[in-house]
Amino acid sequence: MYKDMIGKRSEKVLNTIERGAVRKFAHSIGDEHPIFIDPEYAKKTRYGRNIAPVTFARTLDFGKIEELKLPKQGLIHGEQSFHYERPLYVGEDVYCYTEVKDYYEKTGRSGTMGFLVTENNGEDADGNVIFRSRSVVIINEAVRKEMMKE
Amino acid sequence: MSKLAELQVGQSLEPIELAPVSRMDLIKYSGASGDFNPIHTIDEAAKKAGLPGIIAHGMWTMGNLAKLFTPYHEEGFVKDYSIRFTGMVFLDDVITLKAELAEKNENVLHFNVVAEKQDGTAAIKGTLDFQLV
Repeated sequence: MYKDMIGKRSEKVLNTIERGAVRKFAHSIGDEHPIFIDPEYAKKTRYGRNIAPVTFARTLDFGKIEELKLPKQGLIHGEQSFHYERPLYVGEDVYCYTEVKDYYEKTGRSGTMGFLVTENNGEDADGNVIFRSRSVVIINEAVRKEMMKE
Repeated sequence: MSKLAELQVGQSLEPIELAPVSRMDLIKYSGASGDFNPIHTIDEAAKKAGLPGIIAHGMWTMGNLAKLFTPYHEEGFVKDYSIRFTGMVFLDDVITLKAELAEKNENVLHFNVVAEKQDGTAAIKGTLDFQLV
């Protein structure tokens, strides 16, 4: 049902990697390492500045694909991956967008499940890739049927 | 702490056992991540979704698992990190974070990573490539 969404992408959105947001995120995953939160410590590291935790990228704003209508409930996060060319720096500007990469269905004992693959990407001001991330979201039979009615 | 680059294939990082999962952990993660899906924080919402109780965000567990590598930031960075969410995490579950070096290629260390529940089953599992620089 999402086949025709493949290839659709959002407009790029400017995100600034905010110090406070990184600190709260590091706290929420129990990883309050000074490389993330202490500017003095960071000065002496190879980066010379604070970096963000690997999975912080997931919290950025990647914009909206207008045509893509997802159910509000019943989605299952099946897989997630991140690829980094370098760490994300605290304070930097990142241009983010999302793209539908694939959609397929599998039929099993619990009915037909939909698998929606999206890629959330972050680039610097010159268009160089900083990170790519991919998620697979599973849409179960009941939710699919609800969606079809609408 | 020894260097990551000195680790031999088959060796593991020192595992980390997390405190039992609390509602406050998940409230904090909701706020920090912006994921306010109520199945992670509100009992009624979880029950309505057919769950026995609230469940942790998969991304909370994935975020925790990566911290095994944070102390090694001077040696390199996490280049690739892929996870499958294989089991639900409930309140009071005790999660243990593990990483084993599976392969070494020049400047990339390939780890198998897992966040295990107290019964030994995997809540999440996958691979992590650490780029030495």
